[in-house]
Amino acid sequence: MKNKQMLKTTLLAITGYLVAFLFFLPYLHMLTTATKPDNELFMMPSLYLPTEWQWNNFVDTFSNAPIGIYMRNSVIIALSATFIVLLVALPAAYYVARFRFRGRVAFLLLVLVTQMLSPVALVVGIYREVVTLGLVNTYLSLVLVNAAFNLAFAIWIMAGFFASIPSEIEDAAFIDGCSRFMALRKITIPLALPGIATALIFTFIAAWNEFVIALTLTSTVDKRPLTVGINTFIGQYQVQWNYLFAAAFISIIPVVILFGSIQKWLVSGLTAGSIK
Amino acid sequence: MVRWFVILPWAASVFATALTFRWMLNGYYGFFNTLFVDFGIIKEPIDWLGYPNVALAWMVVVAVFVSLPFTSFVLLAGLQTIPNEIREAAQVDGSSAWRTYWKIIFPLLRPALLVALVINLINVFNNFPIIWVITQGGPGNSTDVTTTFMYKLAFRSQEMGQSAALATFNFIIIFLFILLFLRVSGWRQQNEK
Repeated sequence: MKNKQMLKTTLLAITGYLVAFLFFLPYLHMLTTATKPDNELFMMPSLYLPTEWQWNNFVDTFSNAPIGIYMRNSVIIALSATFIVLLVALPAAYYVARFRFRGRVAFLLLVLVTQMLSPVALVVGIYREVVTLGLVNTYLSLVLVNAAFNLAFAIWIMAGFFASIPSEIEDAAFIDGCSRFMALRKITIPLALPGIATALIFTFIAAWNEFVIALTLTSTVDKRPLTVGINTFIGQYQVQWNYLFAAAFISIIPVVILFGSIQKWLVSGLTAGSIK
Repeated sequence: MVRWFVILPWAASVFATALTFRWMLNGYYGFFNTLFVDFGIIKEPIDWLGYPNVALAWMVVVAVFVSLPFTSFVLLAGLQTIPNEIREAAQVDGSSAWRTYWKIIFPLLRPALLVALVINLINVFNNFPIIWVITQGGPGNSTDVTTTFMYKLAFRSQEMGQSAALATFNFIIIFLFILLFLRVSGWRQQNEK
C-alpha cells in the first residue's frame, strides 16, 4: 500500500516536471539561440546547444540596437498606465462592490464587453482618434490606450476582492468614528491588498507586452516600447536571430518575475472575480 | 516549481513566444526539423510555414500553447471551490478514484471549464501577434485571419473604410461569443441578487 502510494507520487512528480519542461522548451530554445555565435545560427542540421556560449550577445544587443531606449519607453508607458488604472479602478471597484445602484449591472456588463474586444479591431478607430487629438507618436497616447484596455480586468478583480471583505468590518469602524474614506484607507485597502496588487501587476505586464497599438501609434525610436523595438530587428537587415532573441529574452525576464510573484493570488482572484 | 514554468507563456508576451516558434519552425535551420529528423519522424527538413494548411496547423499549436496557462489557472480556481468532503463522501460510498473524477469532480467543474472555453475562444479569435509574427498571413493571404486582414486593409492598402467594416463584422461575432459567455457563467443571476 505504502509502496503504491510512493510510486504514484513519483509518477505524478515526473509527469509534472515533463509538462514543465515542455512549457519551458521554447524559452530554453530562445536562450540557446541567443547565446549562439553568428556562424552557428545557420547550420544544417542545427545545433541543440551552442558549442560556445556567447553570453556577450546580451551585451552586444545593447550596442547593436537602442534596447536601452526601448526599455526606458516600456517602463515609462507601463508604469504610467498602471498608475492611471490604480487611480480609476480602485474607487470604481469599491463602489461597485459596496453599493447597489441603478445601472450597476449595465455598468459591469459594459466593462466586461470592453475587455473582450480585440485591440486590432479597435486599432483603426483608435488611430483616427489619436490623429484627431494630435497625439501620434507620444507616450500619452500609448499610456491612455493601455490604461483603458486594462481597466476592465482591474475593476473586475478588485471588485471581487472588495466584495469578499465583509462590510461589517467597515460598519464597526464607522461606529468607532471612522469616516468612510478613513475606513477604506485603514481597513479595506490593506485587506484587499493582494487583489489590488494582482490587478496592478497584471496591468503592468499587459502594457509591457502590448504590441499592436504600439506598432501603429509609434513612428520613431525614441518613443517605441520594447516589443515594437524587437520587431524592427526583423526586416531592417537580415534577421540576426541571436541578437533578436537576446533582446526578447531581456524583455521577458522582468515580467516573468513579476508574474511569478502574483501567481498564488491569481487563483483566488479568478475565483472571486469571474467564476463565482 | 512546476507552476512557475507553466505560467511562462502567459507572462512572456505572445509576441516573443510567436517569434520563438517562427524560428523553431524555420524550413532549414529550425529546431523542430532537427528534432524530428533525429528521432526519425521525418526524413528531411520540411518548410513548415510554406504550406498554408501546415502553417495554420502550427499556429493552432502555438495558440494552444499560449492559452494553456490561463486555462489551467481557471480550472485550478474551479477545483479549489469543490469541497474535499464531497470526494471523501464518494470514497466512503465505495467509488473508485476514476469514477469519482468522472461522475462528481468533472460535472462540478463544468462552469469553470465553460468559462475557460469561451474566454479562450474569444482570445484566440481576437489574436493578432501569433499570425502576424509567424507568417504575416502568408504565403499570399492564405493564413490571414480577420484581425490580420483588417490590419493589412487599414495600413497596407489604406482602405480604412473596408477595414472598419470588417472590424464591425468581427465585433458582431465576438458579441455572440460574449452572450454565450454570460449564459454559461450564470453571470446575471449572480449580480442581480
